[in-house]
Amino acid sequence: MSLPVTNIPPTVPPALDHALLERLRAICGREHVLTEPIQLRTYESDGLLQYRVTPGAVVLPGSAVEVRDVVRACSDAGVPWVARGAGSGLSGGALPVREGVLIAVTRMRRVLEVDIGNGRIVVEPGVTNTEVGLAVGPTHFYPPDPSSQIVCSIGGNVAENSGGAHCFKYGFTTNYVTGLEVVLADGEVVTLGGHELDVPGYDLLGAFVGSEGTLGICTKIWLRVVPVPETIETMVAFFDTTGEAGETVSEIVSGGVVPGAIEMMDNLTIQAAEQAVGAGFPTDAGAALIVELDGSQLECEARFDDVVAICERNGATGIRIAADAAERALIWRTRKAAFAAMGRLAPNYYVQDGVIPRTKLPEVLARISALSDEYGLRVANVFHAGDGNLHPLVLYDGEAQAEHAEELAGRIVEACVDAGGSITGEHGVGVDKKRYMPRMFEEPDLAAFQHLRCAFDPRGLANPGKLMPTPRLCGEVPGPYRRHPLERDGIAERF
Amino acid sequence: MSAQATRTQTPPSAEEAAHLLRACAGEGLAVRIAGAGTKPWGGPGVDCAVQLRTTALDAIVEHNRGDFTAVVQPGASLRELQDAFASADQMLALDPPLGEGDAATIGGAVATADCGPLRHRYGAARDLVLGITVALPDGTLARAGGKVIKNVAGYDLPKLFTGAFGTLGVICELAVRLHPRPPAQATATGTTDDLGTLQRAAIALASSSLEAQALDVRWQAPTGAVLARFAGVAAHEQALAAERLLAGLGVEAATAEDDEALWAAQRAAQRSLDGGAVVRVSGRPTGLADACVAAQIAGATLVGRAALGVWWIALPAAAPGELVTAVARLRNVLAPAPCVVLDAPASVRAHLDPWDHPHDAGLVLMRRVKERFDPLATCNPGIFVGGI
Repeated sequence: MSLPVTNIPPTVPPALDHALLERLRAICGREHVLTEPIQLRTYESDGLLQYRVTPGAVVLPGSAVEVRDVVRACSDAGVPWVARGAGSGLSGGALPVREGVLIAVTRMRRVLEVDIGNGRIVVEPGVTNTEVGLAVGPTHFYPPDPSSQIVCSIGGNVAENSGGAHCFKYGFTTNYVTGLEVVLADGEVVTLGGHELDVPGYDLLGAFVGSEGTLGICTKIWLRVVPVPETIETMVAFFDTTGEAGETVSEIVSGGVVPGAIEMMDNLTIQAAEQAVGAGFPTDAGAALIVELDGSQLECEARFDDVVAICERNGATGIRIAADAAERALIWRTRKAAFAAMGRLAPNYYVQDGVIPRTKLPEVLARISALSDEYGLRVANVFHAGDGNLHPLVLYDGEAQAEHAEELAGRIVEACVDAGGSITGEHGVGVDKKRYMPRMFEEPDLAAFQHLRCAFDPRGLANPGKLMPTPRLCGEVPGPYRRHPLERDGIAERF
Repeated sequence: MSAQATRTQTPPSAEEAAHLLRACAGEGLAVRIAGAGTKPWGGPGVDCAVQLRTTALDAIVEHNRGDFTAVVQPGASLRELQDAFASADQMLALDPPLGEGDAATIGGAVATADCGPLRHRYGAARDLVLGITVALPDGTLARAGGKVIKNVAGYDLPKLFTGAFGTLGVICELAVRLHPRPPAQATATGTTDDLGTLQRAAIALASSSLEAQALDVRWQAPTGAVLARFAGVAAHEQALAAERLLAGLGVEAATAEDDEALWAAQRAAQRSLDGGAVVRVSGRPTGLADACVAAQIAGATLVGRAALGVWWIALPAAAPGELVTAVARLRNVLAPAPCVVLDAPASVRAHLDPWDHPHDAGLVLMRRVKERFDPLATCNPGIFVGGI
């Protein structure tokens, strides 16, 4: 017997009233507050088109002060809001809330400071990932490189803790954000971390990055950038099977090499990407393995020969080594085109983002193949092989198959969790994967998550309905803990 | 530590740690949480009736060699862990000073966010901890993160608990990322007695494409050094390239293959166990020369991470009043860079705030976090920023 828990269903948010809209217009200017249905439709989905919600209004603030004032206005009105960057996210993290406000930071695109001597750049949240790289080049670079980097915003990268192809060696967004200016849901502005490292206190910066917009909205971002490597060596090896390619990955990594990137594409993905880019990848290959070594020239040269030998030993049918920057770019364009190119193989696809321990790769790939047969749907696989982050793309045709495809995708996620992995490596939970959270976390874990959420946003106004599997409200901070009489008498336990 | 602990408990399981916390919370007792106790840092805190040590939780739960990950209990000593991982040619890239008797535990290093020279290449504890299981004062065991190196499911509580000094609960298990042990290492050093030259050399290396495994500085008036360690199959050649770069900047440059002692000295200078005080400064690499001047005026040694701007200034043993004044002077000169006092005699600790944290909106938020996780202030009360 357990004591009752205080989970109260969320209340319906009040409709956007005229006074709130007028206040938003006064803050951002009339032209930056969108309320016409035709305008709102642009914002009803993010990069995950399966979900659509029309927001009550979209506001486009132009400065941190305007963001703060918009959030305060929402707080005063008790209206929920959702932050949105470029809207390229793949988990529905920026899906609007009906009768809520969508705060899009696309106008906040200033680079505020570049301090190469100290390895920092300070930007507004709407700056794109690629723009950061351009601002600190050619001597430095910003390692996290999601495939959408040309359009995706740094604010969105912070919210989702975005990864990319180079994170096996270099880490994720969270390893490069040193400071954030954040507007909390009550309109209070806090600075977490800063230009310097090891600012005293709780690492709320670390807790905020990857919190999917549920803890607040960032208005200023300090990023660490690093010197470009002395050299980059890129190659792609082709194999008859993903099993051989997977064994190659294991051998490379266990031999002590930490490649800048190590990416695998299976036959379906090669076909699609080759049709789109025409890089000359053999479309009958069972797998393509892109290996990139970077760093010291001497180190890379020595290791590169090792990698080539490992590929050959594992049955590589062909190896292409990029002779120059253009060839390297072509290899990467092929890899990064994989998602977009799927349209050439099927009208629709459903992408998953599960992670597995790398050594479980053969086992999980076999499982995916079996599931694909069971469901009669093709699954293309493209993944960050170094860190075991899979992107199985379930191909389907139209609404009739959508549910079936989604179910298959869910089974794949479960296989990842069963293998000791995670439901998401870089796309985030959002709305799309929250139903899988209980597969990975138990009630006390979710309760601990809620402690953090309640400390930041006790009223639950920031991006409600995301990340957590079921809606929860925050109680008051509990008063002094007293053993319940039933507990004291050994009749009941508290869970 | 001025607080008197009266009862020491070493729970043998995570469940018993959680049970103990809940029992203490229920009785309104404060709990002092520690590992081996090699880092008695933070404020003096309030008196605790119970002392919870994680030293009986010292197992390696999993070492997943092929995946370069491990799951360990918090009381495992860092030294023993490294020995175990080394048998597979792997390492945990976390190399803080190990304290008296090399007793430092991984739980303690994570809870205090301590670090060593390897941070330059591999990041801090926060960047190496993949997952965490914590005992909370409500008696629950909560898990967050995972044991794969890439994972964004749920809030990043591993980072919240890293550096929280045990004020939110007890770390009962940690999943960490491991790295390959490099086949060879070599260190290039550049020595100079000119601070401007030292800073230029440090920044030149930090901004260069040479991929150092560690990049440290040291200033012990009247001379200083920048140390760049390289690792890999071509470690020596890389060090020679760094030596050439340093020589071109007018410092006395050399390369050493037998470099272990150099780095042990860097780590050792982050501690003061003889009545002095250590101040950790969060600065910027371009502020190195100023920090060295401040250290020199105080008669102190400075060591730190050249590219990260994190330095440790070790003030020599002196009368408590003098140390308190010296810390205040450092803070005054180096402001706004946060200056946190780590090692210091209790007599010094009683007369200053070791944290140097402003009473701002950030502190208010931290208090709210504390209240949610530990509403009765059961866990290490009073030792953290703002008296948390």
